[in-house]
Amino acid sequence: MDVFLVLEWVIKSIILILFGVVGFAYTTYYERRALARIQTRIGPNRAGPAGLLQPVADAIKLIFNEDLIPAKADKFLFLLAPVLTVLPSLIIWAVIPWGTSITLFGREIPLYLADINVGVLYIMAVASIAVYGIVIAGWSSNSKYPLLGSLRATAQIISYELSLGLAFVGPILLTNSMSMIRIVEKQQETTWFFILQPLGFVIFLLAVLAEVNRAPFDMPEAEQELVGGYHTEYSGMKFALFFMAEYIKMIAVSAIAATVFLGGYSGPWVENLPWLGPIYLLLKIILLLFGMIWVRGTLPRFRYDRLMAFGWKIMLPAALINVFVTAAVIVLLP
Amino acid sequence: MPIHYEVTSVTLDEIKDLVSDRAITGETMLINMGPQHPSTHGVLRLLLEIDGETIISCLPDVGFLHTGIEKSMEGKTYQQVEVMTDRIDYLNTVGNNLAYCLAVEKLVELDVPPRAQTIRVILAELQRIASHLIWLATQALDLAAQSVFLYCFRERELILDIFELVSGQRMMTTYIRPGGLWRELPPEFEDAVRSFIGMFPKRIQMYEDLLTKNPLFVDRTKGIGVISGEEAVRWGMTGPSLRGSGIDYDIRKVSPYSGYEEYDFDVPLGEYGDVFSRYIIRIQEMRESVRIIQQGLDKLPGGPIRSDNRKFVPPPRSDLGTSMEALIHHFKLWTEGYNAPEGAVYLPVSSPRGELGVYLESDGGPKPYRVHWRTPSYGNLQAMPILAKGHLVADLIAIIGSIDIVLGDIDR
Repeated sequence: MDVFLVLEWVIKSIILILFGVVGFAYTTYYERRALARIQTRIGPNRAGPAGLLQPVADAIKLIFNEDLIPAKADKFLFLLAPVLTVLPSLIIWAVIPWGTSITLFGREIPLYLADINVGVLYIMAVASIAVYGIVIAGWSSNSKYPLLGSLRATAQIISYELSLGLAFVGPILLTNSMSMIRIVEKQQETTWFFILQPLGFVIFLLAVLAEVNRAPFDMPEAEQELVGGYHTEYSGMKFALFFMAEYIKMIAVSAIAATVFLGGYSGPWVENLPWLGPIYLLLKIILLLFGMIWVRGTLPRFRYDRLMAFGWKIMLPAALINVFVTAAVIVLLP
Repeated sequence: MPIHYEVTSVTLDEIKDLVSDRAITGETMLINMGPQHPSTHGVLRLLLEIDGETIISCLPDVGFLHTGIEKSMEGKTYQQVEVMTDRIDYLNTVGNNLAYCLAVEKLVELDVPPRAQTIRVILAELQRIASHLIWLATQALDLAAQSVFLYCFRERELILDIFELVSGQRMMTTYIRPGGLWRELPPEFEDAVRSFIGMFPKRIQMYEDLLTKNPLFVDRTKGIGVISGEEAVRWGMTGPSLRGSGIDYDIRKVSPYSGYEEYDFDVPLGEYGDVFSRYIIRIQEMRESVRIIQQGLDKLPGGPIRSDNRKFVPPPRSDLGTSMEALIHHFKLWTEGYNAPEGAVYLPVSSPRGELGVYLESDGGPKPYRVHWRTPSYGNLQAMPILAKGHLVADLIAIIGSIDIVLGDIDR
């Protein structure tokens, strides 16, 4: 293995992590500005030109916040929980392809970190780890509101993961592969999968909203009911890590949705100009993020028991039917 | 360095009569909601006993905002008390002024000119709309419909601008005075109110589009927090919270004041007594208020805005330089006040939250001997344990919003 390859991986990883972190900061800005427009407000516009330095100011403030640990909390787990939550949302980026490959300094550099043949499984596996962070956060705080919040979160994430997994099956069947690259290539050959899999796409989007605890499924942190949900007792940078995990996950699931259903990096002229790939993907991510913000600005929150009923009684059967029909059509139509 | 401290807890013995036996054995969870909780609408504390997320019992605990305002009123003259009335129910300031002034007028038998009566009604109905807007905003926010919250505040701002135009103050207006009003309306008043009521019905329709037909909102409000009419009466609920259960009781109709009998308006009634009924009623009431304001503006008579009974109502300042008598009255009224005849009066008005009654007892001196406010929020809150029983924690939030309590109104 040549040393440049390792260097390339390291550089690409750093770029991806930086993208996640900066993306998090500016997604909060984007959300605040977009929500403000929906709600006839202006939004942050004081720090820097058009308020662009607001995320920086927020970060500085959070870092210097007093870092409280409740007296009866389990200190080790209390510290571990935010780390466990934020890490999966960063490593999930490894399998998302940003393009085919570009030539730089005489080297051909693929625009993805890893093309593993179980890409989709990797995403499912990594995304599930985050739930441990939430359970541990709720339990280790040794406080009632976080406990209720984390129980809600766990139940919700586990139930919606089933539908999420089944929504992936359609594209996998159509592609005959679990590699994210193959899924995109297949879409370039045929058409974008949201046309072939409309029901799967809708189920995916709904499950994803629940998976990342976004409105109207933001039960775990329903501040009107549970104060802050599982992160009630957290403050300062530890709180920011939970916040960060949520927003990086938002970007990540948008990227996954774009890759699996909206053709990923593909778009006009991308075959000849591979550097257009990342731009297309980014545009699709921004579009999907806007969808999430829009939903938040419009809809009230689901009630917890209704959410569970919806997940098990409507989403799961619909996802199963979708898988069955897709499989049957593929077998019957050669 | 982290600070170490001992965590102490309340013993279960202190509350064992208030919760079920299962709480003592630890089978159910006791949880404290408030006084520092984002959706208890102030500093309300609820002690909840929950099984999972189902509420077994709900015990309201009030007094965190106690200001002793009723007691303070006993130490002030009748004119001075009025400034404090604004601070009781801070979302219904004009209504509080009106209730107090009507009580004083009844006590000392003062007449109010018709122009002042009409202006009082217009302002009271504007205040009702403003208060219902805050209720709608917070009710929607409690169910996480964030945008409605801000839309409602945008409209409320216009009403506050009208108040500022009239009295110089946005909230604590103190514009209505015993015997009439503080001063004549500014010339811009009528246009400002007309443009508001011209635009507002469309805005109500917009809120309804966002909420009334929204399946998520209906799902969260229908069949939640049900109380029967009889039970609501027994717990002393009044206002929209009572009318939601189908009881036709509005002070504006049953014992009209300030000439409400001359206006043509309906009192909307609910059927089911749930959160959704109470929501629909308040929305309808805003429409009715617009009708009343419209009628008030159309018939606004001319004439004086204050009674000329100089024993109780100060003379205009322009008279002070020319009339010796006016100067004497002015001096007497602003130094020692006026003596009210011995006796007691109770006068209820219809506040946005229900029956707001003022009880004044006079010992013949210039200061009230005893002041008591019968506030609607207190009666409505009493029904909370019944409303909440058996529902989920998430529903509790919707229920608190639906009875529209103001903690300043409860604790006084």
